[in-house]
Amino acid sequence: MPTNFRNRDILSISEFSKADILKVLEHAQRLKAARRPTLLQGQVLGSCFFEPSTRTRLSFESAMQHLGGGVIGFADPNATSTKKGETLYDTIKIVSGYADVITIRHYLEGAARRAAEASDKPIINCGDGANQHPTQTLIDLFTIAECQKKLNRLNVALVGDLKYGRTVHSLAQALVHFNATLYLVAPDALQLPTQASRELREQGVRFSCHRTIEEVIAKVDILYLTRIQEERFGDPLDYERVKNAFVLSNKQLGRARPNLRILHPLPRVHELLPEVDATPYAQYFEQAHNGLFVREALLGLVLGKLK
Amino acid sequence: MSTIEQQLQVSAIKSGTVIDHVRAGQALTIVRLLNLAAQHKTVTIGMNLPSRKMGHKDLIKVANYELPPEEANRVAILAPDADINIIANYKIKNKFKVSIPSLIERLIVCPNPHCVSNHEPMGSKFATLHRGETVAVRCWYCEKTFTQDEIVDYRV
Repeated sequence: MPTNFRNRDILSISEFSKADILKVLEHAQRLKAARRPTLLQGQVLGSCFFEPSTRTRLSFESAMQHLGGGVIGFADPNATSTKKGETLYDTIKIVSGYADVITIRHYLEGAARRAAEASDKPIINCGDGANQHPTQTLIDLFTIAECQKKLNRLNVALVGDLKYGRTVHSLAQALVHFNATLYLVAPDALQLPTQASRELREQGVRFSCHRTIEEVIAKVDILYLTRIQEERFGDPLDYERVKNAFVLSNKQLGRARPNLRILHPLPRVHELLPEVDATPYAQYFEQAHNGLFVREALLGLVLGKLK
Repeated sequence: MSTIEQQLQVSAIKSGTVIDHVRAGQALTIVRLLNLAAQHKTVTIGMNLPSRKMGHKDLIKVANYELPPEEANRVAILAPDADINIIANYKIKNKFKVSIPSLIERLIVCPNPHCVSNHEPMGSKFATLHRGETVAVRCWYCEKTFTQDEIVDYRV
């Protein structure tokens, strides 16, 4: 049984049961098929972005407006009382008096959960440092289900920065519900942290570690690429050594299964060549577009307008 | 060395509390966290005493004060093997072991420097995870898990 979403905070993917995930995806699919321009009429979204964001902030604001609601908020904390030393708790307490639902992105880990303590309105975590980004994971799952026509028993390769990338941690956590086999492709220095791999093992997930995309390309249904973050490397030479192992070009796709689809949370830098965009495998722009419908579904659910 | 001899090493108390089998090196932190030295209570501490069970251990004696179990449990993460002896007239009146609560609030400083609890005026909150013989804690806010050895600081 899915949880009742009305007034629920969306903080961490670990708090989603399988039924919860499927409920969000089902509503997102309906909203993609048929718009609901008056669903959230008279409701206000408080958009509190303490850190830069393009897709997440704009897609949430757009989702609210597509559903007939209004948006207030800020994208630059320097223009708020935070600059004067106001605590996060106080800022959110104030905004919760003006809005019916709050989206928050913050550079500190756990900031969204702290915000939830300050607010009696639902809080949606749009990324708290390197911790969680649950709405991105729901978009990933929606896109996977849409392009593969199923979510169960898929072979999924997670490629790139598996150590610091929050999207891959959350996606791996969510895929536990769907019996996936995971192929973790990363240089040794950026492999999945011990804690995350221990949790996967404890949950009985099948996974293996690899150093190149070529090792796994013929086996997988989903290739989930992430950016290798140059700034994580102490020695620039170390970065130079690994960066080319994770540049995806059409050449590497020769042995791909016909149903393979490539996902990327974006922004991409040079790990995904533009030539791949024209192949039938590219799904990342559709994935970004799907953000709108998944976020519409979440807004409708937490505001009690979707059941 | 017998238990009595060991206890005499740090002088016997007529009545009060003896916290025994404290992990070596943790006694001073426990005294500070439980505020045991407040209101002029007499506190005697033994550090690095030989112990058959633990190799080395610390021991704390507080005269004329009965430590409530819930207070003892509050710091159990620092001394999971501790025995609490309540003494009356030189005899053990009551003896109990500490038990680590499932939720530890306002005690541990989150070792993650990027955790919101280290930047806002707020308490900390950790769930305990039992892994066989060992205990780990998971921060309620940043969701990171730490072993006991990774906890480096506590809140007074």
